Amino acid sequence: MSTATATHDDHHDHGPAKGLMRWVTTTNHKDIGTLYLLFALVMFFVGGAMAMVIRAELFQPGLQVVDPQFFNSMTTVHALVMIFGAVMPAFTGLANWLIPMMIGAPDMALPRMNNFSFWILPFAFSLLLSTFFMAGGGPAAGWTLYPPLSLQMGDGFPFMIFAIHLAGISSIMGSINIVVTILNMRAPGMTLMKMPLFVWTWLITAYLLIATMPVLAGAVTMLLTDKFAGTSFFSAAGGGDPVMYQHIFWFFGHPEVYILILPAFGIISAIVPTFARKPLFGYSSMVYATASIAFLSFIVWAHHMFTVGMPVVGELFFMYATMMIAVPTGVKVFNWVSTMWKGAMTFETPMLFAVGFIMMFTIGGFSGLMLAIAPADFQYHDTYFVVAHFHYVLVTGAIYSIMAATYYWLPKWTGNMYDEKLGKLHFWISTVSVNVLFFPQHFLGLAGMPRRIPDYSVQFTDWNVVSSIGGFVFGVSQLMFVWIIVKAIRGGEKASDQVWEGADGLEWTLPSPPPYHTFTEAPQVK
Amino acid sequence: MSARNERSFLRIAAVAVAMFGFGYLLVPLYDVFCEITGLNGKTGRVDEAAVVARYEPDTSRTVTVQFVANNNLGMPWQFGPVVASMDVHPGKVYQTAFTARNPTAQDMVGQAVPSVAPGKASRYFNKTECFCFDQQPLAAGESKDMPIRFIVDPNLPKDVTTLTLAYTVFDVTQQVAMK
Repeated sequence: MSTATATHDDHHDHGPAKGLMRWVTTTNHKDIGTLYLLFALVMFFVGGAMAMVIRAELFQPGLQVVDPQFFNSMTTVHALVMIFGAVMPAFTGLANWLIPMMIGAPDMALPRMNNFSFWILPFAFSLLLSTFFMAGGGPAAGWTLYPPLSLQMGDGFPFMIFAIHLAGISSIMGSINIVVTILNMRAPGMTLMKMPLFVWTWLITAYLLIATMPVLAGAVTMLLTDKFAGTSFFSAAGGGDPVMYQHIFWFFGHPEVYILILPAFGIISAIVPTFARKPLFGYSSMVYATASIAFLSFIVWAHHMFTVGMPVVGELFFMYATMMIAVPTGVKVFNWVSTMWKGAMTFETPMLFAVGFIMMFTIGGFSGLMLAIAPADFQYHDTYFVVAHFHYVLVTGAIYSIMAATYYWLPKWTGNMYDEKLGKLHFWISTVSVNVLFFPQHFLGLAGMPRRIPDYSVQFTDWNVVSSIGGFVFGVSQLMFVWIIVKAIRGGEKASDQVWEGADGLEWTLPSPPPYHTFTEAPQVK
Repeated sequence: MSARNERSFLRIAAVAVAMFGFGYLLVPLYDVFCEITGLNGKTGRVDEAAVVARYEPDTSRTVTVQFVANNNLGMPWQFGPVVASMDVHPGKVYQTAFTARNPTAQDMVGQAVPSVAPGKASRYFNKTECFCFDQQPLAAGESKDMPIRFIVDPNLPKDVTTLTLAYTVFDVTQQVAMK
């Protein structure tokens, strides 16, 4: 990938080391970015395989494929792997590859810590997945790990907790690195308000991570001591309260969902102007909208808990605060649409994914507004409507943005164009199947099908069959994505430095692929 | 440059450590918040002499207090109220009891946790004496009546005519042994 020629006389600009140890000991931001992205891709298929088990079991009413305990651990670990193993590392990988090139820095600010924060991850997820081979099986209480149910897990419990600790430490270190890089390493002339939006959204995301991952670490540590050290944070018998866990968890959990989407906003804000051949409409409003979403994310957590029993005043506060988030998010969607307005648009694969993102993320946003209505939420809570909602914002939102980013920057990273025909085919098969997969789940949820249950009443059968078929097609079609990437790495039409006619930014001034070390002398930004 | 990065690193890492502490700080904050607002059906302990002096008994009003007993998962005690409900006047002290029997062959320790519904009324339900204030040891086969004295605040909102006092009894034998 980043195989720059190692023939420079200048000893400051040496190429990568040879062999496997290159990847273990590397402190190069491009290598580490590649590692993160490959790790995320592997985890995407691990989590995806679990989703296939879920859809296979739900293909028919009754219990046929797996036993209910295993089904529950599938839903739980699918979520943990996809959130902490696929989406977050993929965004961190993109940040590693792109942020130094976008702000004209030679590397990340803290390269050794960068290596460490990546290499923790394989250990974290080995720990998590190893619980499947222990007495009591994998975690099965849902990814939110609510006590007292989560405390009933078998021998794997401490392994799961330590896996979350490690993944958390990794992303905190990654975030510190990103913040320090952005604040200290910008090229002369690259003022904050000149930074590409991907850099801005990541700066804000990194702050969210630094503020909330430690709170999650605290919450799961309390679970650990409740189980093994005789504390009673969440046990009513000792004066604790299980509902308190939900408050602490969602104090982390709600900012977390913006951690999973803000970098996506940055990616879309880079791609849409390129293919509309117009500068981004309303740059500064995009920055302020991102910041206000981040701020609001801290005061809406209890909308996940409308049904636990809250006074009406609390329900109203969290309902209105939640609805307020639609305002800055709406600003973003309107800015993207305005950017496209009267643009000279072409629809290469990255643009297809970006436009798909805007449409389908908005569908997920609207179902989120429905869920925000406290009295209506009593019907939707813990049904497939919720499942449909967060898969629209996470699969056709976060994952689509990651795929858009991969197609957009792959020619820059590898120096080769990907296969455009296959890319477009991948987009269309994915988009049709993902809607077949998730759209019927709205109907199932409104009709009352509960989530996280391996069996269902027979009247839900038809839409579950449709949803499962969509799921299998979507799952298999992602193999195309891997094939397209492999093909582009191995060769193909050479990409120019500019790659895309309308692309703008420092990374496009570098050769494709960029040499192993870039911007060792800072560029001047006007 | 690198000294500057180190400074930034230390500053941001300190924020991360502080936020870990903040997670723990949420625990006392939560308790204080629930106590002030009476949310979560948590009821406090009050001094009998003080409230009797303060409250004027309101004999014109009658409130039904229902008693409910639950066992936490895996708790084998036979646990229930002596009477299912009482009609009481706000401002007067009443006494009743719950009965618990340990049917097992082991000595056990139980802890009852109260909750009052509706939640908005929990602030007005005061206990002056309750078996839930302490852990209750029961020897194998032993049974006992455990008293509770309570007084309903006359300021109880007018629309509340029925209060439910529910206890869940937990097995804390192991936690006690660990200490």
